[in-house]
Amino acid sequence: MPTINIEQPVLSRNDRLAASLRERFAASGTFVVNVLSSPGSGKTTTILATNERLRAMGFTSAVIEGDIASDVDALACKDAGIPAVQINTGGLCHLEGNMIAQAVDALEAGVGLENIDVIFIENVGNLVCPVDFDLGEDLSVMILSVPEGDDKPLKYPGIFQHAGALLLNKVDVASAFDFDMPKYNQVLDDLNPGAARFEVSARHGSGMDAWCAWLRSQIEEKAKQC
Amino acid sequence: MHEIGIVSGILTTVRDAAREAGASRVVSVCVRIGDMREVVPESLDFAWDVLCEDDPMTCSAELVVEEVHPRSRCLVCGEEFCHDRFHMRCPACRSADTRIEQGRELDLVSMEIEVDD
Repeated sequence: MPTINIEQPVLSRNDRLAASLRERFAASGTFVVNVLSSPGSGKTTTILATNERLRAMGFTSAVIEGDIASDVDALACKDAGIPAVQINTGGLCHLEGNMIAQAVDALEAGVGLENIDVIFIENVGNLVCPVDFDLGEDLSVMILSVPEGDDKPLKYPGIFQHAGALLLNKVDVASAFDFDMPKYNQVLDDLNPGAARFEVSARHGSGMDAWCAWLRSQIEEKAKQC
Repeated sequence: MHEIGIVSGILTTVRDAAREAGASRVVSVCVRIGDMREVVPESLDFAWDVLCEDDPMTCSAELVVEEVHPRSRCLVCGEEFCHDRFHMRCPACRSADTRIEQGRELDLVSMEIEVDD
């Protein structure tokens, strides 16, 4: 029986799309953040609060919203004066490169990519599937919120390991939950010791300045290389 | 449940390669999957059965999975070490500056086909 050797990554099509997106973002000098979390951990609120601070620093932002259905998040961004494109995946549990390419085309036509310093991609709320799909981003940020519990890095190690920055959100309500902060940090010390970690309340603002100062340093680092 | 998308990606390549080789039937397909990938073997098998069944070319094809266990190299002291999904630090010097050498594979390796005489 003949054997055919193939030896190629299963997701090679997506990987190629991601590489071409990365080139496009490098050409326009746009820093791209892939925002990951489960539903309800505060992705949109964090993006809006981050945008507010970046705007004060002189950066312009845009948002690509990924949801199974609806455009409520894109409308919230537009209400805040941020150009936003909504992607409805229609059931797909993650965003893929081809969807981002279309959304970037829309941003290009709407405001021009060279006029956008930072694009936030709000991925579909899911702690498993988005990890395997490169979107051409410079940084993946994982947001865990206190009510979800300190055990999530043990249950979903892949996404916590994949992220370049780990935000613990809703720390303002920590007293209402038995979130074990030392245990959470201890697991991450071994699971992803290289990631920057921030404790924030996107709604009330605590910790957000430190997160945004660090993000600014990452944006400026890329700008130097472009 | 992104295993459907993964299997669909595998089958697109498999069907193209099978047709190109003049195959009458795909007998088996070998994939290599690292333990650090978010792929659940049972879901992969389920997706495989569902997506293969309607096509005479693939309906009896077997999916063979080669598992790859994680191994990293320390960029500070050079130690190479095997590890699980939770412990990424170098066991020799405790550095966080390590690079994964294997364990994140998601590759289509090869396929076996039958060709009519």
